[in-house]
Amino acid sequence: MFGKLTLAAIPLSQPIPLVTGAVVLVVILAVLAWVVIAGHLPYLWREWITSVDHKRIGVMYVLLASVMLLRGFADAIMMRAQQALAFQSNGFLPPEHYNQIFSAHGTIMIFFVAMPFVIGLMNLVVPLQLGVRDVAFPTLNSVGFWLTATGALLVNVSLVVGEFARTGWLPYPPLSEMTYSPGVGVDYYTWSLEISGVGTLVAGINLVTTVLKIRTKGMSYMRMPIFCWTTLASNLLIISAFPILTATLAMLILDRYLGFHFFTNEGGGNVMMFMNLIWAWGHPEVYILVLPAFGVYSEVVSTFSGKPLFGYRSMVLATMAICVISFTVWLHHFFTMGAGPDVNAIFGIASMIIAVPTGVKIYNWLFTMFGGRIRFTTPMMWSIGFMVTFIIGGLTGVLVAVPPADFLLHNSLFLVAHFHNVIIGGVLFGAFAGYTYWFPKAFGFRLQEGWGIAAFWFWLIGFYVAFFPLYAVGFLGMTRRMQHYDAAAWTPWLHIASVGAGLVLVGIICQVTQLVVSIRHREELRDLTGDPWDGRSLEWATASPPPAFNFAVMPDVTGGDAYWEMKRRAREEGAKEVDYQPIEMPRNSPTGFVCAFFATVVGFALIWHIWWMVIAGLVGAYATFVVFAWRDHDEYEIPAEEVARLDRANIATRRGLVTAARGA
Amino acid sequence: MMSIAVAHGHDAHVIGLEDAAHEGPAPKRIITGFGFWIFLLSDIVMFSCFFAAFAVLSGQTAGGPSGAELFNLRNVAIETAFLLLSSFACGMASIAAEVRSHLWFYMAMAVTCLLGLGFLTIEFREFADLVARGAGPSRSAFLSAFFALVGCHGLHVSAGILWLLTMMAQVFAKGFRADILRRFLCFALFWHALDIIWVAVFSVVYLLGSAA
Repeated sequence: MFGKLTLAAIPLSQPIPLVTGAVVLVVILAVLAWVVIAGHLPYLWREWITSVDHKRIGVMYVLLASVMLLRGFADAIMMRAQQALAFQSNGFLPPEHYNQIFSAHGTIMIFFVAMPFVIGLMNLVVPLQLGVRDVAFPTLNSVGFWLTATGALLVNVSLVVGEFARTGWLPYPPLSEMTYSPGVGVDYYTWSLEISGVGTLVAGINLVTTVLKIRTKGMSYMRMPIFCWTTLASNLLIISAFPILTATLAMLILDRYLGFHFFTNEGGGNVMMFMNLIWAWGHPEVYILVLPAFGVYSEVVSTFSGKPLFGYRSMVLATMAICVISFTVWLHHFFTMGAGPDVNAIFGIASMIIAVPTGVKIYNWLFTMFGGRIRFTTPMMWSIGFMVTFIIGGLTGVLVAVPPADFLLHNSLFLVAHFHNVIIGGVLFGAFAGYTYWFPKAFGFRLQEGWGIAAFWFWLIGFYVAFFPLYAVGFLGMTRRMQHYDAAAWTPWLHIASVGAGLVLVGIICQVTQLVVSIRHREELRDLTGDPWDGRSLEWATASPPPAFNFAVMPDVTGGDAYWEMKRRAREEGAKEVDYQPIEMPRNSPTGFVCAFFATVVGFALIWHIWWMVIAGLVGAYATFVVFAWRDHDEYEIPAEEVARLDRANIATRRGLVTAARGA
Repeated sequence: MMSIAVAHGHDAHVIGLEDAAHEGPAPKRIITGFGFWIFLLSDIVMFSCFFAAFAVLSGQTAGGPSGAELFNLRNVAIETAFLLLSSFACGMASIAAEVRSHLWFYMAMAVTCLLGLGFLTIEFREFADLVARGAGPSRSAFLSAFFALVGCHGLHVSAGILWLLTMMAQVFAKGFRADILRRFLCFALFWHALDIIWVAVFSVVYLLGSAA
């Protein structure tokens, strides 16, 4: 009846996951109870869960990423503590638990923190920057988000029902095959990622179509903000790389479930094929994450330097070059696995070449700042911190791109330090910069600066203290994923690293505090104009938060930095009378949420081999699809008077503030 | 402040000069079709992984039967004929939808569906026969790759048939409404894409596999 699922699946013997799970469950139940009792459920259902508004979906993506960041960081701090204690001792985490923790940490941080964070920012901002009302496929957008949430949910369910993979964040066979991983851990991994991978693909299709087909009048390609370009590049990569992940994991699933021989030791299977396929996805994935972050930095640096971005065209070219070259370097992830010197040399050189466009970008940001009137706001601080940190991470990357050096450093903590250096310093700092920069656009009030700056410094210093010792122990020969060790020389470095993790924890506490403080003081932090930073691109041309339709009248773009140009012209020519028209907007739909519900059922049933439940879930998903397809009204109309009222109110506030400023 | 604005204005002017005028968002039909094309491309990327796996593993028979011993080219030729004809029928359905002819639309779709089902029946019998002869997917890596690649295509055809029937029901219930026609456009693209993939399967798996 319940397949492999029995009461034994609940890890009663392991206190850490059990207590954590219990606490999380209590928190979730408490939040749900509060939502229901306080009567917020209809509001949540109407305005968020069923929303197909790209801004709402973007916010939910970022919220999901933030919550999962806490989970991933909890794993991280346990690992740092374990390694600090585990010199000639077993520490406090038994090996089978430790292995699950590092696997879950990597999986969560990449797939359920970094990915939803950048996709959320793109969702929130890109339609606004393009001057349009929504993404290409609004309901599909909601489906994509909820499928991502399904994946995150399944990974977290593994904490208390069964176990998670012990195979690392990429389940290398033959370890991940049924012979060596007979439990459900790898199945949690594969099905979570298959489901959330569909969500990501859907988001990719949506955003590419949006950028290529839905731009306001006059918004030609070379007038798009760089963030739109990096969104395009990143989503093109999603479309071409994520199917590889889907196929590769499908092969692993076939091996595990039906006795196929893709990656097994027996029957002629080929383990190296897994490495090649997974990294043919995995390397582009790195750029899927970092390109949107590069876009954020471009927007932030330009805005807070009060200058147009230096070298716009070279920035576009560099972005698209990275997009292409990122598919030609995957083999550098396994130089040591016997491809031979010629192949290694080619991929080593390609890996060094891809550093060139990245270097171009760094210079462009520096020259944008050069001669500008720089405002050192929180987003700008993250951007500057990124430039310094990322250059170091890039340099250590070029170091491991040299095959002979890689033979010494492969799978050592040097490598761990390197990729954290680029992913924290590149992606996460960018995500935080974007979060602070666009928060007022999403919610109508700014985040408090003081706590933001404090968070920045704790994160920055914490990062260096946590990861630079890992470069050192890497050189000292420490391999990654060690549950315990006997080399006394490593201990001091690992102690320092755990202090760094503590500093990052303080940084995270500062961020939570910042959010709470900002919400409580939202009236003082209110952004009345919609343009709190004196911005340059179109998202600042509308109110904060923008009305559902984004723009009362679709902007007519006449040059790069479209909004800057509008402000300049408005100053010279004054405001014009506008002819307001009624606006058609897509209706909300529970399709995404219901789909994800059935996806969760199907995923869980597949993990535990509950076949009747798989079929029930699939039938439910198909029924949802048919019900959605049978709708007769998929749009509603906002009358012209309502559009006019909202827009005039925003213009009046802006005008009032300008007059007040002149008077002062 | 002033100098910045002027400097910026200059830059924008230069960029503006070189860009052709952009007319604004594309019509819905274009957007839907374009998005679906991109989905198809991603689907083809997924198939290319299975093709790559087949290319890598096709020689790994682990002492078991090879393609030359297993494949029945006559069956494959019939399958190919069924699928190509079904694409033709699907094309007829597109024309029928264009001229809003319900009768021709249902007939063409029914023919498409029957040919698709015929294809699936032959494929299913081929699979069952192989398994019965001890040449199932767990026999060797070659057979794993074969079953996965051809089976993945077969699953796509099955999903396509489900979609096809839903599409017919939709046209029956809603008529040739603009959104229904957009959906049908996507379905037709999907069905033709499966044909293209089948041509690759036919050449790479069956023709090259029989020669070896």
